[in-house]
Amino acid sequence: MSSITTQDAPRGFSASEYMTCLTGIVWREGLRFLHQRERFVSALVRPLVWLFIFAAGFRQVLGISIIPPYETYILYEVFIAPGLMAMIQLFNGMQSSLSMVYDREMGNMRTLLVSPLPRGFLLFCKLLAGTAVSLLQVYAFLLIAWFWDITPPPSGYLTVLPALILSGLMLGSLGMLISSGIKQLESFAGVMNFVIFPMFFASSALYPLWRVQEGSPYLYYLCQANPFTHAVELIRFALYGQVNWISLAVVATCTIVFMIGAIYAYDPSRGLARRGPAGGEG
Amino acid sequence: MTSPAPIAEPRETPRSDPAAVPALSIEGVSHSYGPRRALMDVSFNVQPASFTALLGLNGAGKSTLFSLITRLFGIQTGHVAIFGHDIGENPGEALRLLGVVFQPRTLDLDLSLTQNLLYHAALHGISRREAAARSAELLTRIGLSDRAGSKVRDLSGGQMRRLEIARALLHRPRLLLLDEPTVGLDVKARADIISHVRQLVTEQGIGVLWATHLFDEIVAGDDLVVLHQGKVLAQGPMSRVITEAGAQDVNTAFMRLTGAQTMPGGSA
Repeated sequence: MSSITTQDAPRGFSASEYMTCLTGIVWREGLRFLHQRERFVSALVRPLVWLFIFAAGFRQVLGISIIPPYETYILYEVFIAPGLMAMIQLFNGMQSSLSMVYDREMGNMRTLLVSPLPRGFLLFCKLLAGTAVSLLQVYAFLLIAWFWDITPPPSGYLTVLPALILSGLMLGSLGMLISSGIKQLESFAGVMNFVIFPMFFASSALYPLWRVQEGSPYLYYLCQANPFTHAVELIRFALYGQVNWISLAVVATCTIVFMIGAIYAYDPSRGLARRGPAGGEG
Repeated sequence: MTSPAPIAEPRETPRSDPAAVPALSIEGVSHSYGPRRALMDVSFNVQPASFTALLGLNGAGKSTLFSLITRLFGIQTGHVAIFGHDIGENPGEALRLLGVVFQPRTLDLDLSLTQNLLYHAALHGISRREAAARSAELLTRIGLSDRAGSKVRDLSGGQMRRLEIARALLHRPRLLLLDEPTVGLDVKARADIISHVRQLVTEQGIGVLWATHLFDEIVAGDDLVVLHQGKVLAQGPMSRVITEAGAQDVNTAFMRLTGAQTMPGGSA
């Protein structure tokens, strides 16, 4: 057949075509997000409820000693702020996965997957787009929290950015990996129960791990093994201009593993193929 | 396969002739979902500048075939090539030449017509400026330029289909697949879409594969592939398929072909 194909010699794709594709996907995700105002509001209200109500109530119950990266005694609100930032990204990652299930059921996913660019690249763009949306949400939260006396050093707003990008990618790719295994939208309630809640509560988002260790050593080990704990700690340290190297290593490794898993799961000859006809079979 | 057709067959030129690279070539494709076999040894070609109707009832395997051609599913057995580019080995080059309109609607309802087109163009690496120009041109062509900024949600079913076809043409493909594009449309919208697609064949030389179960969408001169329960029962120019089935029209030919398959021991 090779002699026949001379008229259409493969020309591959240029760097600018890749860039156009990436910006197009991020742009579309941003537009969709702006159109779903309820999603933005609920993404903001959720952590604010925790901050204004839960933290205020819990302040007296839980004493926080001086632990790195904090150099003084801190209010409980200050302690849980990084956890809530990670929570925003956790929800956003799972919500993106929900929208991928929705897209797949509705057929929108096909528009993306029939693009001639490599599928791994397309999914990576999708992850970056989801992460960009989560950054908008986190910074909006930080702005409001500032008025609630959550005032990290000004440079912290900048140093936390790479941490947020990495944790956003990790949670997004986890969501994408999960979405490849979900057949229907209804299963999202299961994701809430079995992924979001355990990940959030069995982590250092709400309580320092040394307190957990006092209560239950087993829970402590579970929290240590939870990638979400490390996303929280990475963000917490970065917000104060420091690097938690262990957390960085865990988050980076998990990001790579989840991302490879998600790309593998969306490979046409494996993931989706096993699942029978998608959408209207004719 | 009784008597050979009396009509001359200009399209069945030998494959060594470079002019005869089929727009779409499907060779020995089989596909199973677990134990259920959806496609069995399917082979046929779609030539450039031709209108090929893929005729089959619901569940015949049309959508599975479309998913294989568009690489949504991996190919288990056989080969699919678009203008000679194997979809498994060289998906980028193959998909670049392919435009597709899926049966379920795949537009972003909350985005405007132009935004939908620009997104699709970006997925094909078409620069923003070029994409804007092409979108405007295509919207004019489908008579929706005055709606460019409205949300897709506000369009009628027929308008959405026209937009989807315009979108599929944005990257200037040379093969266009349409999976039952007229389902759920009224008579006028159906006629509009059919004539639009036929124009693409004659004016732009695009090869079209049109999946349908509606016999009145096929006209003399079309190529026909009859797919039933995952098997190709007949293929070729419409007149030949009808003659070979010993029928007078497509409808009867189809009933004879498929009836013979479904009744055990039935004679062809």
